Amino acid sequence: MLTAFVGAHVSGGGLEKWWQQDDNPAAERAPSSAPPMDSVRCAATERRMLSSPPFGLRASRWRYTCQPKTAARRHSLSLSKMSVYGPVVKIHPVVLASICDSYERRNEGASRVIGTLLGTIDKHSIEVTNCFSVPHNESEDEVAVDMEFAKNMYDLHKRVSPTEVIIGWYATGFDITEHSVLIHEYYSREATNPIHLTMDTALQSGKMSIRAYVSAQMGVPGKTVGVMFTPLTVKYVYYDTERIGVDLLQRTRVLPNRTKGLTSDLSQVGGSAARVQDMLTTMLAYIDDVLSGKVAADNSVGRFLMDLVNKVPTISAEDFENMLNSNINDLLMVTYLSNLTQAQIALNEKLVLL
Amino acid sequence: WPDLKDGTWSVVLLKIIKHYQEEGQGSEVVQGVLLGLVVEDRLEITNCFPFPQHTEDDADFDEVQYQMEMMRSLRHVNIDHLHVGWYQSTYYGSFVSRALLDSQFSYQHAIEESVVLIYDPIKTAQGSLSLKAYRLTPKLMEICKEKDFTPEGLKKANIGFEHMFEEVPILIKNSHLINALMWDLEDKSTVADKHELLNLSSSNHLEKSLQLLMDRVDDMSQDIVKYNTYSRNQSKQQQQKHQYVQRRQQENTQRQSRGEPPLPEEDTSKMFKPPQPPPRMDTLLIAGQINNYCQNVKEFTSQNLGKLFMAEALQGHN
Repeated sequence: MLTAFVGAHVSGGGLEKWWQQDDNPAAERAPSSAPPMDSVRCAATERRMLSSPPFGLRASRWRYTCQPKTAARRHSLSLSKMSVYGPVVKIHPVVLASICDSYERRNEGASRVIGTLLGTIDKHSIEVTNCFSVPHNESEDEVAVDMEFAKNMYDLHKRVSPTEVIIGWYATGFDITEHSVLIHEYYSREATNPIHLTMDTALQSGKMSIRAYVSAQMGVPGKTVGVMFTPLTVKYVYYDTERIGVDLLQRTRVLPNRTKGLTSDLSQVGGSAARVQDMLTTMLAYIDDVLSGKVAADNSVGRFLMDLVNKVPTISAEDFENMLNSNINDLLMVTYLSNLTQAQIALNEKLVLL
Repeated sequence: WPDLKDGTWSVVLLKIIKHYQEEGQGSEVVQGVLLGLVVEDRLEITNCFPFPQHTEDDADFDEVQYQMEMMRSLRHVNIDHLHVGWYQSTYYGSFVSRALLDSQFSYQHAIEESVVLIYDPIKTAQGSLSLKAYRLTPKLMEICKEKDFTPEGLKKANIGFEHMFEEVPILIKNSHLINALMWDLEDKSTVADKHELLNLSSSNHLEKSLQLLMDRVDDMSQDIVKYNTYSRNQSKQQQQKHQYVQRRQQENTQRQSRGEPPLPEEDTSKMFKPPQPPPRMDTLLIAGQINNYCQNVKEFTSQNLGKLFMAEALQGHN
């Protein structure tokens, strides 16, 4: 069973690499829902999994479905349990943008860039909040990484945010190469169980696939030991303010020349209202379809709609008028005061200059 | 002057946001350095790095050294290592201070095109990114160079609080790769769209802004009182001097009529020391700050009025 894994990684050619299916963060399937496959041998399971439509394969599923029934099971179980953190890696968009940026600035002739990932480790998840690139040289038979530089940069970063620790490293490119194993080894010295993040900046599969891996030892104990990279689920987390920043950036991507100025004032409210209006039109179209019978009615959607309509609070018209007026009065008063203050300081200035 | 166009804004923007989020929760300002290039008539900002906070137990921390090392390391990975400015976070818009002025002056003196980016996290959390770029006007640069902050000096330069800082428009530009990343993120991200901008609550924010405004106005009035006493003292002194000279002259004529030698003309300026004119720079800064607060408040109220009218329209259907 364990040797089967070895075959999967090293040969690489025949078997479709199961770890390269897209991680679907929305598919939060609990491990208990995975069909019990204890009685099946691993090789067969592998084949079955590969033939079924690939959707949301996760590390935990792999663990559950390929438990060999022999005494080696305990060994492999403990191995897998101890080498994989709770399978969630949370990435902040800063990290991804930095990686893209350093890829764009890579030296001539370098096909990929690597760097260190910084972040915090929780009991069940790893949060990646920062990164910096490390210069390295890669050729056919050797890899050279500037370790001095990496240590230096880490020290500098530590001064600013002392809570961040090295949690792994990243590399651009689609695949995991043999060199990655060596680099990973180096990083295992720096951090316990480092994670490896790959980001496909060359857009080989038409998408920028972002994946995270943890390494696990495998092989027959006593003889040659290999390293396998098991995938982890990747999630994107944002702080509130980050979310708003990313929203703004998203809006630049639809403009032809990719530039945008920052709007201010009432136009922002207008823009936000326009977006809500768009959403409402989509909903109305859906409702029309359901009414005319084109689309089957869905109860849960209906319930959401009812919630939405009921959210507008029913207040008597008079009360609402009062509230509205008092609010408007407050705002107008404040506007008047601030205008007054501005006039006052302008006057004061002129008097002084007399 | 130039507008700011940025090559890899997403990196800069996200880094600044992250820096404040992680380190600046205690209403301390967070600061950092902006790196980039000057291209024709534009200033491109391509990267930034944060400055650690000043803590007491870090007394021997060498800022310059940190900066030098950081820039050297960044140069190794081909990141632009030219200083083009600095950024700072602000609390409700209160950033017009002596410290800011000094820092910006030293930056602008060394690098002509440098700007200071002011990031307002509270306003951003309310729904719209608040990031502004400022430079000192040439007039203000002149004054800072001379260090002449007396009323006469300022009068000569004819500078008002509105001419202290000039705002530089910001344009956001992303490379194609980052665009691809954005599309990907949109696809995979499960965080819901935030609509804080349409939030109706306003009293909290208004209260705090007005509080700060009141403090500033108090400072201002104190300053005005000081200036008034100064000018009153000055005029009183003038009068005294005048009287003294007159008395002297009278005595002299009397003495002449009596045939005695006249008393020597004494140097009046040494007898009456002129009062010290109060420095006007602080007043200018306070006025600028008040102006800023008022602008922010007005912007906020206009947005809220719009929202209130929308709510009215919504209610009208019920």
